Amino acid sequence: MLLTLIVLLPFAGSVAAAFLPATARNLAAWLAGGVAVACTLLVVSLYPQVGAGGVERVDLAWLPQFGLSIYFRMDGFAWLFALLVSLMGALVVLYARYYMAPEDPVPRFFSFLLAFMGAMLGTVLSGNLIQLVVFWELTSLTSFMLIAYWYHLPDARRAARMALVVTVGGGLCLLLGVLMLGDVVGSYSLDDVLASGDAIRAHPWYEAILVLIALGVLTKSAQFPFHFWLPQAMAAPTPVSAYLHSATMVKAGVFLLARLWPALQGTGLWFWLIAGAGAASLVIGAFSATFQRDTKGVLAYSTISHLGLITMLLGMNSELALVAAVFHMINHATFKASLFMAAGIVQHETGTRDMKRLGGLARAMPMTAAVATVAAAAMAGVPLLNGFLSKEMFFEESVVVGGTIGLQLTLPAVATVAAVFSVAYALRFVHQVFFGPAATDLPQPPREPTRGMLVPGALLVVACLLVGVLPGRTIGPLLDTAARSILGPALPEYRLAVWHGFTVPLFMSFVALAGGIAFYLLLHRANRTMQPTPLLSRIDAARLFDVANVIVVRGAARLAHLFFTRRLQSQLLAIVGIALVAGYAALGPGAVGPGASGPGASGPGALNPWALGAGGWSRGELALTPIDPLFALLWLAGCACAIGAAQQAKFHRLAALIMLGGAGLVTCLTFAWFSAPDLALTQIAVEVVTVVLLLLGLRWLPRRVAYDDPYRRTLRARGRRARDAVVAAAAAFGAGSLVFAVLTRPSPSDLPAYFVENALAEGGRNIVNVILVDFRGFDTFGEITVVAIVALIVYALLRRFRPAPESIAAPRAQRADPAPPAAAALDDPLPRGEMKIPAVLVRLLGPMAALVSVYFLLRGHNAPGGGFVGGLVMATAVIVQYMVAGTMWVESRLRIHPQLWIALGLLAAGGAGISAWFASLPFLTSLAVDVDVPVLGEVHLSSVLVFDLGVYMLVIGAAVLMLVALAHQSLRSPRRAPAAVDAAQDPFASDRPAQSAAETEGASL
Amino acid sequence: MEAVYAVAIGVLVGAGVWLLLRPRTFQVIIGLALLSYATNLFIFGMGRLRLGRPPIIGGDDAVDAALYADPLPQALVLTAIVIGFATTALFLVVLLALRGLTGTDHVDGREPDE
Repeated sequence: MLLTLIVLLPFAGSVAAAFLPATARNLAAWLAGGVAVACTLLVVSLYPQVGAGGVERVDLAWLPQFGLSIYFRMDGFAWLFALLVSLMGALVVLYARYYMAPEDPVPRFFSFLLAFMGAMLGTVLSGNLIQLVVFWELTSLTSFMLIAYWYHLPDARRAARMALVVTVGGGLCLLLGVLMLGDVVGSYSLDDVLASGDAIRAHPWYEAILVLIALGVLTKSAQFPFHFWLPQAMAAPTPVSAYLHSATMVKAGVFLLARLWPALQGTGLWFWLIAGAGAASLVIGAFSATFQRDTKGVLAYSTISHLGLITMLLGMNSELALVAAVFHMINHATFKASLFMAAGIVQHETGTRDMKRLGGLARAMPMTAAVATVAAAAMAGVPLLNGFLSKEMFFEESVVVGGTIGLQLTLPAVATVAAVFSVAYALRFVHQVFFGPAATDLPQPPREPTRGMLVPGALLVVACLLVGVLPGRTIGPLLDTAARSILGPALPEYRLAVWHGFTVPLFMSFVALAGGIAFYLLLHRANRTMQPTPLLSRIDAARLFDVANVIVVRGAARLAHLFFTRRLQSQLLAIVGIALVAGYAALGPGAVGPGASGPGASGPGALNPWALGAGGWSRGELALTPIDPLFALLWLAGCACAIGAAQQAKFHRLAALIMLGGAGLVTCLTFAWFSAPDLALTQIAVEVVTVVLLLLGLRWLPRRVAYDDPYRRTLRARGRRARDAVVAAAAAFGAGSLVFAVLTRPSPSDLPAYFVENALAEGGRNIVNVILVDFRGFDTFGEITVVAIVALIVYALLRRFRPAPESIAAPRAQRADPAPPAAAALDDPLPRGEMKIPAVLVRLLGPMAALVSVYFLLRGHNAPGGGFVGGLVMATAVIVQYMVAGTMWVESRLRIHPQLWIALGLLAAGGAGISAWFASLPFLTSLAVDVDVPVLGEVHLSSVLVFDLGVYMLVIGAAVLMLVALAHQSLRSPRRAPAAVDAAQDPFASDRPAQSAAETEGASL
Repeated sequence: MEAVYAVAIGVLVGAGVWLLLRPRTFQVIIGLALLSYATNLFIFGMGRLRLGRPPIIGGDDAVDAALYADPLPQALVLTAIVIGFATTALFLVVLLALRGLTGTDHVDGREPDE
């Protein structure tokens, strides 16, 4: 479990740091430092097991059937990297504590830094490839956040975006490659993948897998041709550059290469792809680094170059080269991080990173100069420092490896040339910053930094020295363990020593040192070091990236312009058109579906959804029921209503609404006709509420269009109408014939039998209701939740409702009324005006309707009715009160709290479902208890009834909430008085009190 | 009866689709209401048309499914009706808000420029 803790601890710290106040500088630093140190100690504590050649594993099964698990795995190599990440993290936290300015929101910085640390530890400790990719992408994300830490700088934002696009794009390729790899191996477990190298290399997918993984790795490690993001990423705070962009994150790429080395290496493609990219980056990076003006720019290109060296070593298909690569990963991390820290100190103390302005700082800051000089010497490969050792190994490999004569000459040449540049830029970095004539125009006078900033870099430099002088005693065993965990117990022979005798590599080292010094002197004399990089400055990869970005965005815009329209009508036309074409193709005459064997046969093919395909939309074999003339007459009226509504919807909305109601009524009667009493009841209740709702909305719509509007006569308008008429007719014909075809074939489903036969056992005779509240109770629960949400959205939208200006004035009908509005006299026992008699009736109706609604609710399980119908009846009764007596008159007497009803309804329904848990049954299992009540006798109590009661209350609440919220709009709009005395009391309208006062005043006149 | 039923659905669909393609929001809302009638009738029809056989069990004896209308489409349609009301209300409020914000009741939120 320690492994899990190592990964989780930084994430926990990250969350904690995120909640610290922006000023908690020390606390955040202590937290981050504590986490980093704790992780380091945890990692160190695992060395006994790992050092003995063991592998620590934590395997938490997650989706074992898909080969997915949380699997942490630590062998020697992972241990070395985990130590690097956590130890470097601790040093960087210490450095950052003093580097970050007081005005920077430091907790955010440490939060992201810790999140990165967790992601990086997760990457190196992952034993499952998919999990590894997830952590891998997390490092890209945190890197994005850290590069853009100073998000007010446009450069930082641009750099962050570029790094994100490149690394995440590579990460996607990596994911694809890993998925293919897992498919080939049959497992995503690293152990299995590493064990099946031969099978992978022999597989036809090998090339594709290798290319995809290489894309992921090369983008992450900033290798040519994806190297351009790394110099841009120097916009990040320097601790980030030291930690992510030299020591750890960019190492993730080469880490994975080494990790998968046993599984993928050993082919020509591997050599050319990996070693080729590495060699290109090695030379190009070193060459470009020589010509940078920015101190961090030098270091960034140098990082590209050194990562290229590692990549090249890994690509050489040689076990010794792998050992050298692992060694150089560690060495590079130590000297490059300390160099970044030194560069950061210089910037922090002088205010600039421009090497043209810097110079002679050794006098003012001798300690920093010493640290930087030693680190730069290690980078250049000066003997007695760690860089020398791994570079020596690299030279040796470049000589030994190489099959053809051409390669045998090229590899050492490339290595030497790159080393020459490397010496030159290291020398230049130290010389131009710390030596030479003292700088004159620095933004701040240089001075030695606080000890906290110096210590981390100094410690790293001490490590460089120790490893360089006593390699066998210091890094030897660790390197041995790491290499053994990749290559297996049989390690090739290698010797870590400063002195190997007079060998070719030693000769190459001296050529490089001498050549580098000579090259730098030459450049310095010619004053060429501050010029743009020769040859390469024309090819600005970052610019190309921007251009590609613009092209992609413009292309997308063009495509969107071609295939997308903002016009709803065109979109709907396309949808309807596609539906028609698809329906015709799938079901029309001549369509050959899979069910073509028999027209709607009741055999096994009968369940096939395409069973209609055979005969197209023809008549099936079922006998028709004789036409009832009354039914035909009914639908004659219904069709007339539908067409009339379609015709009048633009010109006479009220007429259209009434005709819509007519069509609904006919629909309702149809339900009743064909044995669906529940549907008929629900439909009629909903019909009433819908019509009231739309009536309330009518007032806010614009003046209607005159029938003889001249635009309607234009050719264009006519053409459009003709086209739509054709589409509508086609849809009508299609739907009609589909229905006819289905109705004349026997039902293929045996589902109804199940429900019919089991309904009684569930305690209900009304099968529809039993399905709703019992068999499919969970569906119903979801549906009432949707209704509740919609009601709340409607309410919320209306709270911010601002009507169009011309709709604000009271409608004509109200203005013509000489008497003040009905709601005027709130104290009257009855509302005034013509509505007196209806008001009396409606008040009588109220309790009756409530009684009926409860009756429907209670009998629902055995007879037509239920919570939906009952709730709608009750809601209608409430609405009718509003309609007849006016909003204010009603609300001065009767306060309904619809939100409360909704909440109680959901609680009741949910509670009824949960109650099953107490009987150890699944959610929404129906429970029934027979209770003996003294007076009433035996009472049958069932959780189903409680559930239906919840539906009932929710439907009341939702319907009333929507309608009343809409009705209130008429109250608040005429006078939108800002001052509302007791706005909090009224859930609907903030300005009702002002309104009612004004109305009362009007009444007294 | 099946023919009448099919024609009825056809006419409702035709009127609904016609209105769906119109430019004014109120037309679209009426069209959607008509379409939802048609859809509900369509789903209901998938259980086939039965006269005088409501799915309410009479006696306590063994029950024969063939004696009753298919209850499943009815249950589906019942909730569909209620949800249809809710979405109609939502759409109505959205179109009112749209009208308030843009000053037009055109479905695109602005008058066509012709």
